[in-house]
Amino acid sequence: MPEIFRTQLMVVLPETLLAVFAMAVVLLDLVIRKKSVLAGISIAGAAAVFYSLFYTQGFAFNHMFVADGYGIFFKFIFLVSLVLAVLLSNKYLSVEGVNHGEYYGLMLFATVGMMVMASASDLITVYLGLELMSLSVYVLAGFIRHSARSSEAALKYFMLGAFASAFLLLGISLTYGLTGTTSIGGVASYLQLHGLAKNPVLILATILYVVAFGFKIAAVPFHMWAPDVYEGAPTPITAFMSVGPKAAGFAVIGRVLLVALGSMSFEWSTLLIVLSILSMAAGNILAIAQTNIKRMLAYSSIAHAGYALLGVIAFSPEGLASMMNYLLIYAFMNIGAFTVVTILRTEGMKAEELSDYEGLSKTHPLLAALMLIFMFSLTGIPPTAGFIGKFYLFTAAIKAGYTWLTVVAVLMSAISAYFYLRVVMYMYMKEPAKQLEMAKSYGARFALLLTGLAVLVIGILPAGLIDMARAAIIDFGS
Amino acid sequence: MIIALAFGLGSLLVGMLVRPRRPYREKLLPYESGNPPIGEPRVRFSVKFYIIAMLFVVFDVEAIFLYPWAVTFDKIGLYAFVEMVLFIIILLVGYIYAWKKDAFRWDE
Repeated sequence: MPEIFRTQLMVVLPETLLAVFAMAVVLLDLVIRKKSVLAGISIAGAAAVFYSLFYTQGFAFNHMFVADGYGIFFKFIFLVSLVLAVLLSNKYLSVEGVNHGEYYGLMLFATVGMMVMASASDLITVYLGLELMSLSVYVLAGFIRHSARSSEAALKYFMLGAFASAFLLLGISLTYGLTGTTSIGGVASYLQLHGLAKNPVLILATILYVVAFGFKIAAVPFHMWAPDVYEGAPTPITAFMSVGPKAAGFAVIGRVLLVALGSMSFEWSTLLIVLSILSMAAGNILAIAQTNIKRMLAYSSIAHAGYALLGVIAFSPEGLASMMNYLLIYAFMNIGAFTVVTILRTEGMKAEELSDYEGLSKTHPLLAALMLIFMFSLTGIPPTAGFIGKFYLFTAAIKAGYTWLTVVAVLMSAISAYFYLRVVMYMYMKEPAKQLEMAKSYGARFALLLTGLAVLVIGILPAGLIDMARAAIIDFGS
Repeated sequence: MIIALAFGLGSLLVGMLVRPRRPYREKLLPYESGNPPIGEPRVRFSVKFYIIAMLFVVFDVEAIFLYPWAVTFDKIGLYAFVEMVLFIIILLVGYIYAWKKDAFRWDE
């Protein structure tokens, strides 16, 4: 084997492996009748990819692709959300009557796209990964074909997503026109050398990037699609979508804004501060008015994008590490909350309205206790992981001199307590109105166990995770 | 620029004011190369056409990629050969999938 295979292809080993697993799932779907086997293969694939992550290092394909600690940390987040969402899926899809094998194939392809995004060191690679991820997720959002709401969700997501992609492409082409390169490192060094910071075209390109990525992370005012799509999509996909693509969006924000446009930090941080405040305010305040729990969690995920943006705005290694830390914690607590929603979906019962949760502590005490933990964690109450995530984020923002912004964020967290704890109040202080059944799904129960444990363990012993995130970004941007 | 704009809009306006208007049925019908129109212009096509179109695009693009690769084959060598084989294998997976899903059958 020539040298080139070893040096180039080994760097993209995780992505290649996952793509091979995705294709294998698509092909095996043609011969295997029992779809839970495909779920098992997907999880085995994720495990193999996780193992292969430790063997990748360095650049590949003419510096278009990089495997560094930053990318690997994000890939870990994607794999966690993939495995958890697959665990939820099998039973849920049977209940909805859409248990097709393509579902798992598309999920794996979406994850490949996210991994490419996290490892992109060229704007073209960013776009490539973004499209692979988005197109797969558009289809997944409309997977319940007989449901009008699901189709509506897919169509809305596709239309607005295609629009955001166009913004991203325009930004890339403007950047290329100014600097003559699409390489992220190349753009950064060109801008530093020539001092183009006040160039209006470059400012326009920055705005276009913020719009495109703001859409992917569902930050206000680019959040319009989120509640409808989250409500209409199959619940495991909502769980996957609220974590994976969002984290992927943050990964490319880190690469493009922090590295390539590092010399424009004043311009984009001003924009992001506005986005962050609007997201926290609108997300938390609108969530109060929701009666559907999936919509409520959609608005809450908008608000969480606002919190995580604080880490980007801080523009420091500390801020970046706390943002990564927060996204991983968010993956556990948000998918945990969606797992509870999924597990209550049975043949006769949807259990998506808040009033369905009345008296859950009497009928299913353990499930109610876990939901309590996830709600506390999303609010940010110790000793859960959500508190730790917010703590590091806010510390980083204060160290960077954004004390007033942190005060706003803390106030907004206080508002969020109202609607998160309302769920807890329904579960614990009301009499059960309906008899809810738990779906007999070992996968979903295992996912509940994993997320519940993770939220508590990270909440009690937080040092390991934040140290991991700090170690991951040592070689970032080099 | 203002003059150019005014001239464009102005001549349209003048034309609209002075031209004769004598509409009758044949004139208002949509033009279909001289034939009298049959049925509504907005027909719903069967979804099969779209599947065929998509399959065509996929394999058409494959053929287009093969040409530049074949032309420069002696310069880019083994690396590109392996890449192209991988590309074709990926397409083959899609082909088998489409075959098994009966995408090539017109009558069901």
